[in-house]
Amino acid sequence: MKRWIGILLVAAVAVVIAVYYVTRPEKAMETPQTAQTTAPAPAAAPAATPTPPAKPAKDSVVIGLSLEPPVLDSSLNAAAAIREITYQNIYESLTRIDRNGNIVPGLAESWTVSPDGKEYVFKLRTGVKYHDGEDFDASDVKFSIERLIAPDSKVPAKNLYRSIDTVEVVDPATVKITMKNPDAFILFNLGIADAALVDPKSSPTNGTNPIGTGPFKFVERKEGESITLTKADTYRNPDAIKLKNVTFKFVKDPSAQINALLAGDVDTFPGFQAPELVGRLKADDRFAVVVGSTQGETILATNNGEGKPMAKLEVRQAIAHAINRDELIAAESGFALPIGTHFSPADPAYVDLTGTYPFNLDKAKELMKAAGYENGFEATLKLPPVGYAKRAGEVMVSQLGKIGIKLSIVQLEWPQWLSEVFKERNYDFTIVAHTEANDIDRYARDGYYWNYVSEEFRNVYKEMVATVDPAKRTELLKQLQTIIAKDAVNGYLFQLAKIGVWNKNLVGMWENSPTPSIDLSEVYWK
Amino acid sequence: MTPGSPLHRALRHRSFLIGGALSLLLIVTALVSLVWTPWPVTEIAMARKLQGPSAAHWLGTDHLGRDVLSRIMWGARNSIAVGLVAVTLGMAAGVALGLWAAARRGWADELISRMSDLVFAFPAVLTAILITTVFGPSATNAIIAIGIFNIPVFARVTRGAALSLWGREFIRAGLAIGKGPLRITFDHVLPNITSILIVQATIQFAVAILAEAGLSYLGLGMQPPLPSWGRMLNDAQTYMYDQPSLAIFPGLAIALSVLGLNLLGDGLRDILDPRLKVLRVG
Amino acid sequence: MLEFMLRRLFAALFTLVAASLVVFAVLEVLPGDPALVMLGMEAQPDTLAALRKELGLDQPLWVRYFAWIGDMATFDLGRSHAYKTDVATMLLNRLDVTLPLAVLAVSFAVCLGLPLGIMAAANHGKAGDYGVMMFSQAGIAVPNFWIGLLLVLVLSLGLRWFPAGGFPGWDKDFWGSLHALVLPVIALGLPEAAILARIARSAMLDTMREDYVRTARAKGVPERGVLFGHVLRNALIPIITIVGLFFAFQVGGAIIIESVFYLPGLGQLIYQSINNRDLVVIKDVVILLTVMVLAINLAIDMVYALIDPRPKIKA
Repeated sequence: MKRWIGILLVAAVAVVIAVYYVTRPEKAMETPQTAQTTAPAPAAAPAATPTPPAKPAKDSVVIGLSLEPPVLDSSLNAAAAIREITYQNIYESLTRIDRNGNIVPGLAESWTVSPDGKEYVFKLRTGVKYHDGEDFDASDVKFSIERLIAPDSKVPAKNLYRSIDTVEVVDPATVKITMKNPDAFILFNLGIADAALVDPKSSPTNGTNPIGTGPFKFVERKEGESITLTKADTYRNPDAIKLKNVTFKFVKDPSAQINALLAGDVDTFPGFQAPELVGRLKADDRFAVVVGSTQGETILATNNGEGKPMAKLEVRQAIAHAINRDELIAAESGFALPIGTHFSPADPAYVDLTGTYPFNLDKAKELMKAAGYENGFEATLKLPPVGYAKRAGEVMVSQLGKIGIKLSIVQLEWPQWLSEVFKERNYDFTIVAHTEANDIDRYARDGYYWNYVSEEFRNVYKEMVATVDPAKRTELLKQLQTIIAKDAVNGYLFQLAKIGVWNKNLVGMWENSPTPSIDLSEVYWK
Repeated sequence: MTPGSPLHRALRHRSFLIGGALSLLLIVTALVSLVWTPWPVTEIAMARKLQGPSAAHWLGTDHLGRDVLSRIMWGARNSIAVGLVAVTLGMAAGVALGLWAAARRGWADELISRMSDLVFAFPAVLTAILITTVFGPSATNAIIAIGIFNIPVFARVTRGAALSLWGREFIRAGLAIGKGPLRITFDHVLPNITSILIVQATIQFAVAILAEAGLSYLGLGMQPPLPSWGRMLNDAQTYMYDQPSLAIFPGLAIALSVLGLNLLGDGLRDILDPRLKVLRVG
Repeated sequence: MLEFMLRRLFAALFTLVAASLVVFAVLEVLPGDPALVMLGMEAQPDTLAALRKELGLDQPLWVRYFAWIGDMATFDLGRSHAYKTDVATMLLNRLDVTLPLAVLAVSFAVCLGLPLGIMAAANHGKAGDYGVMMFSQAGIAVPNFWIGLLLVLVLSLGLRWFPAGGFPGWDKDFWGSLHALVLPVIALGLPEAAILARIARSAMLDTMREDYVRTARAKGVPERGVLFGHVLRNALIPIITIVGLFFAFQVGGAIIIESVFYLPGLGQLIYQSINNRDLVVIKDVVILLTVMVLAINLAIDMVYALIDPRPKIKA
């Protein structure tokens, strides 16, 4: 009997060891990997080894993304990942937003604006082809833009283009857009991913098989895994494009992202979501960690509606005084900038208003008392499923708890957050980053989820939108920022940082994120 | 104390003693957390985040500088609440249905068997996710989701035990003297199945703690900043590279509690009646 | 025999219909609007209405229910709202991960748990038996995702023997994919091995008390022959049952382990579809999983009926 047990045990151990050795590929071993990627030591053995043939420059890149896009057509779905992958790579728009947020020519070579701001005439590039060989011309522009503004349009960003009245084809290389009213942001909005220009013939299948005019064409998609693009031979300026193969790989979890980078499976995470893990990457000299700006104002969105304690200005001011941004930013491991209003610090028109209601618990308690909430109140904090909201949420519970506001957290998935908080406005507080550019207009909207109504703000906003003079407009934008800061509409927490991590030899990635995009047209390997 | 009496057997039964001690530890921890924890459970102190075990923080601190021991103690309370309510809920409904099925036979029996088939046919985690999605994630809804799975477990066990009783002499005698099925159920059936119900309840308590840990690992149980063991493990996954102890203690708490309750259940079965047929659904 | 099988089949069909109604009803009351999820924060009432119409969400309940059942009956799984791809394709992609994971984990559990159970029964009351029982109690008490975390902590982050998560894909890197499944397989399989050891042990002990085993021993059949020839063969029924249940559990229930190791499996597909309100996918996958569980249960019943005549009479 004893012998029999012995045999069994030995056999089991042998099987385990065998399985291990069989299933262990060499590439997973960490040491040779590191040795390979860190600088080779040519001085060590100059004579013995023959000089390796000069390797051609690397021309493929693997880009890691946290979220997978459901489709590859921004007219079908609002997911940011669609825009990050397709914008400037697969599709192009009339104008183009460059890495610094400037509006530069896209498929329109040049344009003129009438003095009253109501007529735009765009001169198109000629000789532009789609990936399937079809020619691009003015009728495609008319189709693409009318798709955005049609009465039965199902496009997520329809609201951005409501000021457009008509689109006319003047000749195959000229388009005229007539506005219902002047719109200071229209040139920007015509340059983002939502205004991608597509061919009516291929547009119905763009969701699964995107065809555009950009430098890269779609090759294949492995649902749940990756999307592959390759350099398009139809592109008008093939020499400018250095990369040949591009793979977007989806890795949802931050610790898995780290592992993918360390193992060399992924060359870059342009938007790394876990600031708490960056330290580990900084320690590795293969990678560059670049902190850039985003348009993501992270706010403690507050329901200002009737009947809520937060309808009182004193209560909102008390909350503003109770917010300790240093602690919040520490929870983001330092990768965030303090903000005092709803505006990106990267924008030239930004005003620093963080001192409007400085951190002061005594002052906050006084204001609570003045508002009649000496003993505080209970409220819910409904959080969307994102890392920064989770982190900042737990910090807010602790901070507001000190002035008697007892928050209870409810973690929601996006669908519930969108319907309960955003659409039905059934909430007290939430934490969310507003990542759209130029989104201060939300404060002028009827029925927006903050329930904020201010005639003063609306009047200044109307004036700003109709203003064509840039200096005057900047002045008005500053006024707008100050109004909402003083009203403490929301708790202004911090501006999300764009933490870009990439291999040190990869050049040309966007450091900032003026609009969701991973533009690869200028990227190459050193 | 006479040799052979249940108490005597209990004191000599090793797994009963170990299980009892671990379960008692769980309960005492939870009770103590009601009045005292070494540190505040939710207060954030970024200055001392991600520390390892020390004299001040016996089990270290988490990514927001909160004391892990205090949070585990509070988590014990959460786990007990979940186990208690989910088992009570499942037992109340399941026993009633099982007794009814056994007393009525025929279509009632068939209906209840099919209903429990239906519940068992769905993957449990998936159903729990759907339930918490419909009603919103909260400790209460996680408890309800787990409780629903306890209903068919208790219904099956009760039905099986009760059916075998219905064929026995003393029940036939009861029927002969004109007692109705309801009277018989309460006078004769229920008292005779208490042993199996106690044992099954102990086992289900353990199952409920495991299930709650799984759900809160996915973020569907107790909502932050209040702790639950499963969620602590989820947080730990991000930070365990920097502080491995974060991934160890909450898991140990789960394992020891479940082990204790399982040992207690097995011990109870041996002591009460080793032939009891316990249902194990994980 | 035939009557018994028909009865079981009928019962399974009844359960299936009930399940389809339950799933449909649950998805009806699921909060959150699929159209709003697709269009996001800038969605306008007019665009939302147009999209809802396109998705067919404006149709009456019963029309949608029967349309779905009709499609399912003709093996048409339909198209995902969010992904605009065929559900069947999405499903097959995910099964590439989930099926190997389930098969390997169950094999691991059998290879480890069965010998342990047999060993314990053969050494009933001795040290080996206690050892196995201790392993079994510990294995049942430990949550599988915690085993997963500990494995990652020691074997991935510490020793760097295995990847901490992710899945390269079979056609891209076969050995790498297998390598990526090792830790999840152990995490899933270890608690199951513990349960299996326990069940195998008690099933063996039960059969050992049967008369024919004693007779065989008395007749001088060698111990090993008794153990494998008589006892194990008759203890197989509960073992097969539990193995079948493990398999069913793993195809649909490995959601948590797939989360721990970031495996793009079926569980993750359902989880993601719930969070995207991709109703078509949720409905289809849940029903297919139910069909699978029912089929496995049915198969177990049949095996019972063939090997052992008793349940037939009881039913």
